[in-house]
Amino acid sequence: MTTTTPGAPTLPAPRGPVSEAVLSALRGERTAPPAVDGSPPYGEDLQLALYCCYEPHYRGFRGVDADREWDPTLLAVRAELEGVFLGALRDDVPAGADVGSEIDALLVEHVDAFGVSHHLRRHGELWQLREYVAHRSLYHLKEADPQTFVIPRLDGPPKAALVTVQHDEYGAGDPERAHSRLFADMMTELGLCADYGAYLESAPAEILAEVNFMSLCGLHRGLRAALVGQFATIELTSSPGSDRLVRAMRRLGCGPAALRFYAEHVEADAVHEQLVRRGVITPLLSAEPELASDVVFGIRGSLFLADRSEERLLHHWNRGESSFRDGVDGRRP
Amino acid sequence: MTEARRRVVVTDEGPILVYGPVDVEMPDGTRVRSDRVVTALCACGRSRHRPFCDTSHRRRVRDDGGKEHDP
Repeated sequence: MTTTTPGAPTLPAPRGPVSEAVLSALRGERTAPPAVDGSPPYGEDLQLALYCCYEPHYRGFRGVDADREWDPTLLAVRAELEGVFLGALRDDVPAGADVGSEIDALLVEHVDAFGVSHHLRRHGELWQLREYVAHRSLYHLKEADPQTFVIPRLDGPPKAALVTVQHDEYGAGDPERAHSRLFADMMTELGLCADYGAYLESAPAEILAEVNFMSLCGLHRGLRAALVGQFATIELTSSPGSDRLVRAMRRLGCGPAALRFYAEHVEADAVHEQLVRRGVITPLLSAEPELASDVVFGIRGSLFLADRSEERLLHHWNRGESSFRDGVDGRRP
Repeated sequence: MTEARRRVVVTDEGPILVYGPVDVEMPDGTRVRSDRVVTALCACGRSRHRPFCDTSHRRRVRDDGGKEHDP
């Protein structure tokens, strides 16, 4: 049975031997399993390979059989890739179990912090804003989907509260208000291609790693608490950052559909923060206190990966260069 | 359906949470509508999105050795 979701993206070009082997397997070619050992955990090759292993669980790829989602060969490779990625994160992210202090730290606004949203707000150029949005489209065009995988892995009050947030993310019954739809409208208004997966080719490993971390935690019941930590990090830190992006867009003269996405997130995530803290984390940890260290891992892991992405973007922009991968210029997408 | 009793949560650090869609009447008589399942109303007076919370109640700190302060 060859069924592909309408509008599924085409397979990207490989970025090394591991992604080459995964892409061959997705196409149904008989290939030797790749040697994953020694592939840098945050590198282009491994992160693209992992991204392509996860994508069949979302919209799939054009021309790729839907049954590949449960292909044992691909699942075996995926497990190896996950082992390398997760192992690196466990090494790089300091362990902790004090969720309360971790959350409190996220709720403090650092007046002199400087990241991508600060840069865009103060003196970013329109092509930089468009690159940022193009990179973010890898998540936002499937916004909330990775976190939805955790729903059957929760029970009782945390499940009810998480679904309340997800309901809002999906437009509360109105598909026109779904956040992924608002994001697509913003992309169109900014002159970007709003097709799902259109910017996979231009996205560097740092961007892929952030989305891969969500898929990894969402698809493993053993990492459900890390998913909750990751989810909390997005919902708690998004309001102030979205506000800066609204101001960046106003300064750059962007239209109403562009402003709407981030303006919606200023208000929505102020609510979601409360629901995640009071409704999800508190009852989850009172029922299963042993999950605290994984919640902290989810928070610190997503912050670690987000910092890497921000550094990558600012590093290129500070030199007047595109943050897109070599050969793809964000100034002429 | 009879009008249900709404749940309102007064938080200690930030907004007032109102469950269910709401119409908020502003001082100038205008009405602002929120269709969210839960609406966070600004209670600190700092929001630039009033009547809604925009997390402006959060503690702001300076990392360059400057003084910490609460808003």
